[in-house]
Formats: sequence, C-alpha cells, structure tokens
Amino acid sequence: MHIVVCIKQVPDSAQIRVHPVTNTIMRQGVPTIINPYDLFALEAALALRDKHGGEVTVLTMGPPSAEDSLRKALTYGADRAVLLTDRFFAGADTLATTYALATALRKIGETYGPADIVFTGKQTIDGDTAQVGPGIAKRLGMLQLTYVAKIGALDLAAGTVEVERRSEGGVQMLRTKLPCLITMLEATNEIRRGAMVDALRAARAAIVKWSAQDAGVEDIAKCGLRGSPTIVKKVFAPPPRAEKAFMIEFGSEPPADALIAELFKRQPKLEADLVALARGF
Amino acid sequence: MSEPTKAPAAAGRASTKKELPEHFKAYKHVWVFIEQERGQVHPVSWELMGAGRVLADKLKVDLAAVVIGPEGEATRHAAAEAFCYGADLTYVVADNLLADYRNESYTKALTDVVNTYQPEILLLGATTLGRDLAGSVATTLLTGLTADCTALDVDTDGSLAATRPTFGGSLMCTIYTLNYRPQMATVRPRVMVMPDRVERPIGRIVTHPLGLVEDDIVTKVLSFLPDRDSAKSNLAYADVVVAGGLGLGSPENFQLVRQLATVLGADYGCSRPLVQKGWVPSDRQIGQTGKTIRPKLYIAAGISGAIQHRVGVEGADLIVAINTDRNAPIFDFAHVGIVTDAIRLLPALTEAFRARLSPHSRDRIAS
Ligand SMILES: Cc1cc2nc3c(=O)[nH]c(=O)nc-3n(C[C@H](O)[C@H](O)[C@H](O)COP(=O)(O)OP(=O)(O)OC[C@H]3O[C@@H](n4cnc5c(N)ncnc54)[C@H](O)[C@@H]3O)c2cc1C
Ligand SMILES: Nc1ncnc2c1ncn2[C@@H]1O[C@H](COP(=O)(O)O)[C@@H](O)[C@H]1O
Repeated sequence: MHIVVCIKQVPDSAQIRVHPVTNTIMRQGVPTIINPYDLFALEAALALRDKHGGEVTVLTMGPPSAEDSLRKALTYGADRAVLLTDRFFAGADTLATTYALATALRKIGETYGPADIVFTGKQTIDGDTAQVGPGIAKRLGMLQLTYVAKIGALDLAAGTVEVERRSEGGVQMLRTKLPCLITMLEATNEIRRGAMVDALRAARAAIVKWSAQDAGVEDIAKCGLRGSPTIVKKVFAPPPRAEKAFMIEFGSEPPADALIAELFKRQPKLEADLVALARGF
Repeated sequence: MSEPTKAPAAAGRASTKKELPEHFKAYKHVWVFIEQERGQVHPVSWELMGAGRVLADKLKVDLAAVVIGPEGEATRHAAAEAFCYGADLTYVVADNLLADYRNESYTKALTDVVNTYQPEILLLGATTLGRDLAGSVATTLLTGLTADCTALDVDTDGSLAATRPTFGGSLMCTIYTLNYRPQMATVRPRVMVMPDRVERPIGRIVTHPLGLVEDDIVTKVLSFLPDRDSAKSNLAYADVVVAGGLGLGSPENFQLVRQLATVLGADYGCSRPLVQKGWVPSDRQIGQTGKTIRPKLYIAAGISGAIQHRVGVEGADLIVAINTDRNAPIFDFAHVGIVTDAIRLLPALTEAFRARLSPHSRDRIAS
C-alpha cells in the first residue's frame, strides 16, 4: 500500500509581517513547524502502514526551507519525502495550490506507485481554509472523506475503506472505494515519538526536490500568484471600537459589585434576563 | 486608530486592467446554498440570506436560495421558508439519493445548477457540510473561494469584497475574485445577523434534476449516529458566555470561569491556546477557528483579544474584559474593562452575582 500525506510548514508564532507591495506573507525570520493538524494525518497514515504494510510518502509545497518539516516527518517514520519548490508556486491561493499538489501527486504515483490513500490535515493554521484537501481530491478525481474521526475496516483486496466522519449533527459511518483522500480531524490520535533508527535515517535521507517542471507542471500560468483567481486587495488593521471601553477604577479590593452595577446600568434588561437564565428558563 | 498598511486601496475591477471574460458576463444574481441535514435547515443558511439580501439589493439583482435534499416535506418546507427569509426565487434539486449528505451527489447537484443558471455570487455556510462541498464545487468550477469571511460587501463596480482575518497577526484582508465566476465565499455560523422571518407566500421555484442513480455514487452511508443532546455545546447560541484565556495560568483556575458561568446560567468558552494545551475541549473554543458567538453578555477573563478571538465575539451586545494589562488589545473592543487579576475578581464576581440573582433578591426585584 502507498499512502501520501500532504503536510505544510507553517509559521509558529504570530509575528508575521505582510509585504507592503505584494500583500503576501513574509515568512523570513519566523520560526516554523509542521502544521499541527497535519500531524494527525501523518500518524493515521503511519498507523495504517504499520498494520497493512507499504510506504508512507510525505509531500509539501513550499520554500526550500520547508525541507526541515519533511525531515521532521521522516523522524516520525515516514519512508520518503518530496519537496515541491519553485518560485512559480509563490503566492498561490487554494486553487493554485491544489493544481500544483495534484500535479505532484500524479508524478509521485508514476514514480513511486499510485497512492491508495492521500491524507491532508483538516486545515492549516495559517491559510486556514480547509479547502486544499477537497480541491486535491476533485482534481485527481478521488473520492473525498473529510473530517474523519476514525478509520475503520481497510480492505485492500476489495479496495474499500470505512470511516467515521463528523458531520454537523452527528457521526456518519461511510464506506468508499480506494483511492480516496482523507482529511483527518484533530485530537484523533497522537503523533508517535519516532524511533532512534528513524532519526538517524532522517538525518541522512535524501529529500526528493522537484521544481514545477520536474513535477510535470504543464501550465505555469496555473501556478502561484498568476494561477490564483482570488486577489488580496487590501490588508488592514481593524480599527478599535469608536467608543472607548468604560474602565472601572477601584482601590484595593476587586470591585465585583461596581462591575455588576455598571453592567445593569448599560443593559437595563440584563438583570431580568439573568434571573430567568439562572432559574433555568 | 491604526492605519491600514501601505496596500493599494480596495477598488475591485476598477483597479485592474483586465475585463471580465466575455463568457462570465452573463453571470448574474446572488445565491445562497440552503444547508439542510436530516430535515433541519442550518440557521447559518438564513443568516446568509440576510447578508445575501443586502448584496443583491446593492447590485439590484435577485437573491436566490438553492435547496438540495430528498423529495418530500422537509425539502418543500425549506424551499418555502427561503421566501420568508427574502428569496426572490428558489432553485430546488430534490431526489431521494440526496437524503444523506454525500460529497459526490451534492457537488454534482450544486455545480449543475450553477452551470445552468449562472450566479455571480454563491454563498455557503462554513460548516462541516459547507466546507466539504464548497471546496469541491469551487475546484470543479475553477473559480475563487474565500473561506470563513467575517464581512461581505460589493464594490462600486459590483465585485464581491470578502473580508477575513489574515494569517497569524492582527490584520484583516479583503479578497476579490475578479476574473472568474461565480465569486464564492463561506461564512461561519453566527457571523451574520439572523434576519427577521417575514411570512410570505411561496414565489417562483425552479426545479433541476440530479441526474444520478445510486450506482453512480461510490460512497455509501452505512449508518448515522446523531449526537446526544447532552454532548452538544450550545455555545454559539448562548445568551451569556463567560470565557477564560491563558492569563488564568492553569487548568485549575479555569474552574473559576465555569463557576461564574454556572451561577449566571451561562455557557463557558476559551481562547485557542487553552484547547491546544488540552485544558478545555475544542468545542469550547471561541474565535475564527472556533465558535462565533452573539450573546447579550460576554465576559472575557485573561484573554488578550487577538484578532482571531475578536472576530468571534464582536457581535456580543456587551463585552466585559478582565485583564491585568491596561494595554491589552481586548480593551479596544470591549464595552466595559477592568484592569485587575482575574483569579481574584472571578470568585468575587461569582459571589456577587449569586447574591444578586438568588431567590431572595429576586423577590426584591419583583416587588
Ligand atoms: C490561523 C489562526 C487562527 C486562530 N484562531 C483562534 C481562535 O479561534 N480563537 C482564539 O482565541 N485564538 C485563535 N488564534 C490564536 C490567537 O492569535 C491568540 O494567540 C490567542 O487568542 C491568544 O489567547 P489568549 O488571549 O488566551 O492568550 P495571550 O495572548 O497570552 O493573553 C493572555 C492575556 O491574559 C492577561 N493576563 C495575564 N495574567 C492575568 C491575570 N492574572 N488576570 C487577568 N489577565 C491576565 C495578559 O495580560 C494577556 O493579555 C488563532 C491564531 C491563528 C494563527
Ligand atoms: N503548501 C502545502 N503543501 C502540502 N500540503 C498542503 C499545503 N497547503 C495545504 N496543504 C494540506 O491541505 C490541508 C488543508 O489546508 P488549508 O486548506 O490551507 O486549510 C493542510 O492540512 C495540508 O494537509
């Protein structure tokens, strides 16, 4: 079995700046991590491989420094890492990102064997759209299972997989055919610590690096900023509320009563509402 | 007031040289996808009808609802209700294969209606269903999608201006889909105000066939386990919410938040780091990647007020912030602020409210 996990390197802190001219994110100098949501996907993939055999490939599209995240994924036990990196990919929105990743996934299939399952995280902490997974699935004509809480029976002979999927009002038990794309829900597992042998292997491992051309991109115009239908036109700090907050000043004791009096003065109906609520209406 | 960064001013198409490609010029009207799961319309759909009505009126075009579901009463009712929430017309794809949400069948239904009737704007709720569907539909149509918007507007030239918080920091950004149609956006529940329901007769309904048989749909629903009511947190719709942040310092201190919430008959919530630390379950997170709330009263203790938190609470009628730092950003949008140690104030507040709201004092209010 071949499983590919898409991981993204994301900034670890909130100290992100925006380029004043291009309105894109400037990532230099900000510490980076593997998108935390992607670790749930990676662990799910490693667990399936341990049970059923096969290989796990991790794939990321990002700057050359995204190699760090791939190496980290290898220390957890991934078998192979592919870095998709090219200046043409910069500034991609979800549609352009899925074009590049889907192209690379096809190439991975041709080179290392077709993927039975592609995993993504539920969402990233920087892009935060939860759309890249569904977009990749659609482009590859794969079935998609989003918000998966648990992977049940995987029948490689029959080519089927069963999952528990979180939906708005409950949990759906679904069965679908392989190959499929699964986006894993958070907190459904915990990433393993990784064995010493994997750490040693990861330190020496060669990371596969593909440019747009290497990955088989046919139309550069579909990549990066150029290939993005959405355009960021304005970046701005939200203004403070016009009316300043009323600050309650006090002496040595925290003024609980003064605070309550101020609230009821501002919202005369609030006291009656609270009484009703406290009674359990 | 903070100045916008040195970015080009928002001007939509006017600021770009490109013309909208000819084949997109026919795309007209604002659509809202009406999400129903198991016979219930998700409230976010009606909230979006309110927002969609404003956009349609500015553009002087129609507002249409798109109802997708099984044949029968629930779908008929949803279509009729759409008119009470401002629809000028409703598109309906009704087929028993649509009884359960499945990506394949719903993607086909929605993309077919879009390709046939060509809206300029398509809005969906950013729910598990809406996000699953929106990503597939936008990729099929090869158009732009702006996820989790906090404000929607139209520009002087008629482009959709979709605003959402940007990465990591304290900035918002406004995003356009200039050269593709439809312009798609998702919005989380409770971000838009629920419009008033006005009794109206059923208007024009356009039905569209699904054009699938069960064998065409690969994914099978084996079973469905509805959530127990007790397992659901009603945070998004609570009237009073008390929340704590990292300033509380420890999971034990978070109990102070729960105690105040209990006395107030309120729901409790938290900022994201508390979920990441495992102090509080994830369905209690408030903010951009958690719940958006619109309570009558919101009390935030030890929360700094980062933009991702702010967008989730700004709809509250009365925001009270308790923070030791006078310069915390939360005081930029709170109505009432108090610079003090929350760990001391919270228990005092709990006692004071208990005294105020006890049966004894209630008699006093009544008399
Ligand atoms: C993509 C993305 C999405 C995000 N989504 C969300 C989201 O949905 N919700 C969310 O909340 N965050 C979200 N965040 C995180 C957000 O940016 C902030 O990091 C987070 O809200 C900060 O949480 P906090 O206010 O609890 O902690 P801090 O920012 O550390 O603030 C703690 C505050 O407590 C005060 N304090 C300290 N001691 C005391 C005391 N004894 N009494 C009173 N006050 C005290 C401090 O002065 C400080 O202001 C997101 C971030 C990203 C990048
Ligand atoms: N640049 C990228 N490289 C690899 N995987 C990505 C990239 N961007 C997003 N993904 C995957 O898509 C998921 C959803 O991302 P998003 O749509 O940005 O919230 C992530 O959890 C990743 O698994």
